[in-house]
Amino acid sequence: MSRFVERHPAWALISIIAVAVMLWLIFAVWPPGLEQAIGRKRVFLNALFNGITLGGLYFLVASGFTLIFGLMRNVNLAHGSLYLFGGYVGYAISSSTGSWILSFIVAFILTALVGVLLQVIVFRRMEGQDLRQTMVTIGLSIVFADLMLWACGGDFYQIQTPNWLIGPVELPLVTAIKSSGEPVYLRYPSVRLVIFAASVVIGVAMWLALNRTRIGMIVRAGVDDRDILAATGVRIQLVFVAVFAFGAGLAGIAGVVGGTFQSLSPGEDIRFLLASLVVVIVGGMGSIPGAALGALIIGLAEQLGSVYIPTYAIVVTFLIMVLVLAIRPQGLLARR
Amino acid sequence: MSLAHDAQIAVRPAAVSQRPTRTWPEVNNPAAWIVAAILLIMPLIANGFFLIEIFASTLILGTIALSLMFLAGYGGMVSLMQLTIAGFSAYMVAVFGVSGNANISLGWPWWLAVPMALALATAFGTLGGALAVRTEGIYTIMITLAIGAAFYYFTNQNWAIFNGHTGINTVATPHFWGVNWRADIPFYYIVLAVAALCYFAVEYLSRAPFGLALQGVRDNPRRMAALGFNVNAHRVAAYAFASFVAALAGVLQVWNYRQISPGSVSVGACIDVLIIAVVGGITRPIGPFIGALIFVLLRTFALDFLVRLGLDGNRFRLLIGLGFLAIVFWSSDGVIGLWQRWRQRQRRGADSTGGGRSHG
Repeated sequence: MSRFVERHPAWALISIIAVAVMLWLIFAVWPPGLEQAIGRKRVFLNALFNGITLGGLYFLVASGFTLIFGLMRNVNLAHGSLYLFGGYVGYAISSSTGSWILSFIVAFILTALVGVLLQVIVFRRMEGQDLRQTMVTIGLSIVFADLMLWACGGDFYQIQTPNWLIGPVELPLVTAIKSSGEPVYLRYPSVRLVIFAASVVIGVAMWLALNRTRIGMIVRAGVDDRDILAATGVRIQLVFVAVFAFGAGLAGIAGVVGGTFQSLSPGEDIRFLLASLVVVIVGGMGSIPGAALGALIIGLAEQLGSVYIPTYAIVVTFLIMVLVLAIRPQGLLARR
Repeated sequence: MSLAHDAQIAVRPAAVSQRPTRTWPEVNNPAAWIVAAILLIMPLIANGFFLIEIFASTLILGTIALSLMFLAGYGGMVSLMQLTIAGFSAYMVAVFGVSGNANISLGWPWWLAVPMALALATAFGTLGGALAVRTEGIYTIMITLAIGAAFYYFTNQNWAIFNGHTGINTVATPHFWGVNWRADIPFYYIVLAVAALCYFAVEYLSRAPFGLALQGVRDNPRRMAALGFNVNAHRVAAYAFASFVAALAGVLQVWNYRQISPGSVSVGACIDVLIIAVVGGITRPIGPFIGALIFVLLRTFALDFLVRLGLDGNRFRLLIGLGFLAIVFWSSDGVIGLWQRWRQRQRRGADSTGGGRSHG
């Protein structure tokens, strides 16, 4: 952090000012002039929270993608299909058993199994052939998309939110002051907050596992130089399978999350594949903190954009990607 | 100094010795003459449906895939945004020209709208290319896919220029010299002429100094940079040329369907172009056209065929996906590669010298 400030004082100053302005916008009671200029504070806060929680969802999808890429240099363009598959599995489980938690577990296990199959059948056979892997995963995503369309039809599905999470919670953030002088607090759907908290927990757990455990050490060593790692006697193929399964399972969990606060339909696979591509391009390929930062930026840009400049929201996302590519082609937090 | 000198000495004799054998390869190939003759007299053989829905569609899709083949085969850059460039050009023809949506279209005559569309689409593709060359290999695929997807979502959201998800309908087609150029037979010949032009342009360029330098950049960018070639400039120029080819095909496409909507530039359609090029083979310009013919035939007849077999006709994409997977698994060079391998197996025993990869 301090090195960043020393190296780029201007950027550090700009980001500090941006963070300060953001904090003021969140916590202060807006003066009437500002409300007239850019609308009510409630709208802004809602968009902000939606952006952050959407970022949490994007992080779940993209972290698996970036983990797999970082360790194995496998670009898995069927990652969106894994997301949608996990969502459908979650829907089937939650509608038949009524248990939301169980749907997460089953979706994780089943998509992880699909991931293992992918790794063993496809990726292991064509190690080092990037382009061929990419083509094969594109072909697989077409096949998967059609199989899922066959099995589930073109309808929209939404996973039932469990009873204990239905309804809003009141957050200690003042959106406005009533004429009687009584403050109005922000009310926000609790399920989104819980899901966001869960994705933060998963992110932190992943970071800890990568940086503080033996398995994490092996994975990091594999990212740096897998040949030497294999030469030291680590069974690298086993590590590959495990990491692939975990990354795929994360996509499955993300599918259940997405099915709960958005909906599942054919085409979502492409949408989330695109989202994870943009997130990892912005954040830096193979970097978990990069995926978190990228997901936050893209989620915020999408939600704030769709509130304040509705017809150009997608362009904002795209412009961010262009800007990052122009200034730092390797991504914001990549190590290269 | 001496390094450049050595390089010139090394390069010159090779180029000179290859020149005589590398004149237009089609001239000495009877099959090429037969195909050309069949294509020219096609209107006598095929009726309107086959002429337009099969052959003109094949040539248009083949031209778009040809632009991808040029980038991927000679430049080593797999760009998934070629269809997006074609779609952008199609949109621009509809926006600047005459269409049913009078509030959007500017109503320019076609001879003004088409060059404008071509110029804008080429500029768009070149800018996208300039962005994509900042990265390499699989990153290029991801960035161009992201550009394509962003354009698709943008056309869906934007009503001021692209008219949202309904798109722009009843686009006017050119009438001049007393001919309705969208009538089946004249349109077929326009499409054939453009496709042939693009085909021979790619063929020529692949053997021109620029194309050879581009292939050098593909094989070893570092060495080319050391030899004094501007690697990125070559790549961006390749994108510019490929964008122009794709833009030409886009103009034909909007004239063919007389409408353009976000559905035509969807991510699935972008990937279809990649499938076409890869299934046909990305080492030679003829590959994309073969791939396009297979794709169009499958798209048109798979439904009837599957129903006749007693299967669900809607599983057309499954068939395409599985076919694509099979090709990618077993042949790195598409149908052409399979054909060549088969020919070699036939010829085995006589001599086995022609085994290497051949480019163009």
